[in-house]
Amino acid sequence: MSALPVTSTSVAVRLAHVTAGYDHRQALEDVDLDIPAGALVAIFGPNGGGKSTLLKLVADLIQPWSGVVEVLGEPAGRAARRIAYVPQAELVDWSFPVSVWDVAMMGRFPRLGPWRRPGQLDRDAVALALERVGMADLRSSQIGSLSGGQRRRAFLARAIAAEPDLYLLDEPVTGVDATTQEDLMALLASETSAGRTAIATTHDLAAAAEHFTTVVALNQRVIAVGASSLVLDPDVLSRTYGGHFLVLGNQAVVMDDAHHHDSASGGEQHYHERPERR
Amino acid sequence: MLAPLTEPLAYDFFLRALVASSMVGVVCAVIGSYMVLRGLAFMGDALSHSAFPGVVLAYLFKGPFYIGAAVAAVATALAIGWVTRRGNLRGDTAIGVLFAGMFALGIFLFSLIPNYVGDLFGFLFGEVLGIGLGDLVALVGLAVAVLAVVAILWKELLYTTFDPLGAAASGLPVAALDYLLLALIAVTIVVSLQAVGIILVVAMLVTPAATAQLLTRSFGRLLAVAVTIGVLAPMVGLYASYWLNAASGATIVLVETAIFLVALLFRLQVGRRRETLQPAS
Repeated sequence: MSALPVTSTSVAVRLAHVTAGYDHRQALEDVDLDIPAGALVAIFGPNGGGKSTLLKLVADLIQPWSGVVEVLGEPAGRAARRIAYVPQAELVDWSFPVSVWDVAMMGRFPRLGPWRRPGQLDRDAVALALERVGMADLRSSQIGSLSGGQRRRAFLARAIAAEPDLYLLDEPVTGVDATTQEDLMALLASETSAGRTAIATTHDLAAAAEHFTTVVALNQRVIAVGASSLVLDPDVLSRTYGGHFLVLGNQAVVMDDAHHHDSASGGEQHYHERPERR
Repeated sequence: MLAPLTEPLAYDFFLRALVASSMVGVVCAVIGSYMVLRGLAFMGDALSHSAFPGVVLAYLFKGPFYIGAAVAAVATALAIGWVTRRGNLRGDTAIGVLFAGMFALGIFLFSLIPNYVGDLFGFLFGEVLGIGLGDLVALVGLAVAVLAVVAILWKELLYTTFDPLGAAASGLPVAALDYLLLALIAVTIVVSLQAVGIILVVAMLVTPAATAQLLTRSFGRLLAVAVTIGVLAPMVGLYASYWLNAASGATIVLVETAIFLVALLFRLQVGRRRETLQPAS
């Protein structure tokens, strides 16, 4: 094999024959997928279809049972400092005593390393990120006091402050208001047009069709990859969701279950919204 | 007029106890803040009880009890982490099994010692007024070491506590930091044994941080409030125990508990006022 250097315009994420799961439950089977650098990708499919699993493989949070995951030209995990991962909102403890500013500053921690404290460069990057997501005025607010949309903005600010080459977002637009959805997607679009790559999981087919340039239909296997109009293709939908969808005229309605995240993998804690008492 | 404050200071044992218990208060408040945010309060209780067989063995072989307690507590901390990760068990289940087992081992070994009377009480409930100069030096050294590690890694520990997935994805060694925190908790407990004893260590760890959590909404302030309580409560408690002729460790813990209750009342009061100011939406 020749040893040509990998150029930055090539493949951001490559999965080859990847099978993966938790304990004894298989979530992905023989997945082959190439995502070019600069793509804005939505991964959609039913619950348990492996969306979050795929994201976690790329983030090196879990290891594949078999197959190879390459990220930013290196084996998964090697390029971690160039990745920003935003977990599902259910996995965050919103009562945690940190402000919006604190959360965004965490994006700087990995590059600082131990010993070094955040300096002016880091404060500038955090201030800019908060400005871009429209949270500069709420920088001192504790995260639990924010609305769902504002919480998502704060986490995107953390990702932006990290100045990553690859954004991995688990359900970034689930349950947020339309304005927030528009703003977040505009930001991701500007990041990807600057050559960075963004991969998001989503249940929201309308959002996938409207905001993403590329979509991946996933149900244990990759059903289809292509332009965002794919999510409107009845054939792709029926193969992705099995019987759980209806075609009404030219509109597809997915009959997915109401709970909006995959079942928890080992050791994960889910923090569901609960009425807060003070 | 200041005689009630100055009189005990004439005694070396009282001065040593003041230094020791305040140092314990500080290090417990810092480590306890991370523990409370991670939901590891029960873990603190478990590790302190797990130190018991180490203490008894050290006593049997006339070694320094710091070493015995540290080995037993760190080993149990790592074992709990390992069993939880590998054994497909819930964390509290692994903790329950291992801590009860270790404490039972301690009692078993202890019951083999003939004509044993006094020191058990000291280990279980602390005897800070009896701390010697050598033990004080060891205590301060260990406490400074724990604080130094936190000073180096506070960011990383905070990020992995708040969002382990995000931290791991961006390259922080989350598993190693988890084990490190468990080891720090174990060493902190060992540092605290002489001051408050096995049974009450958990209060020193959890109560200041829990109190601070009621009063603050940022991590920096939470640490500051917890440390302030951690320094002041042992001082107040020691004077009170001196003048009331009461058990020192228990008095310190009671002072912390009282501060917690006041903070809780304050928090409830503020909440009620807010509700009356803002009509429910």
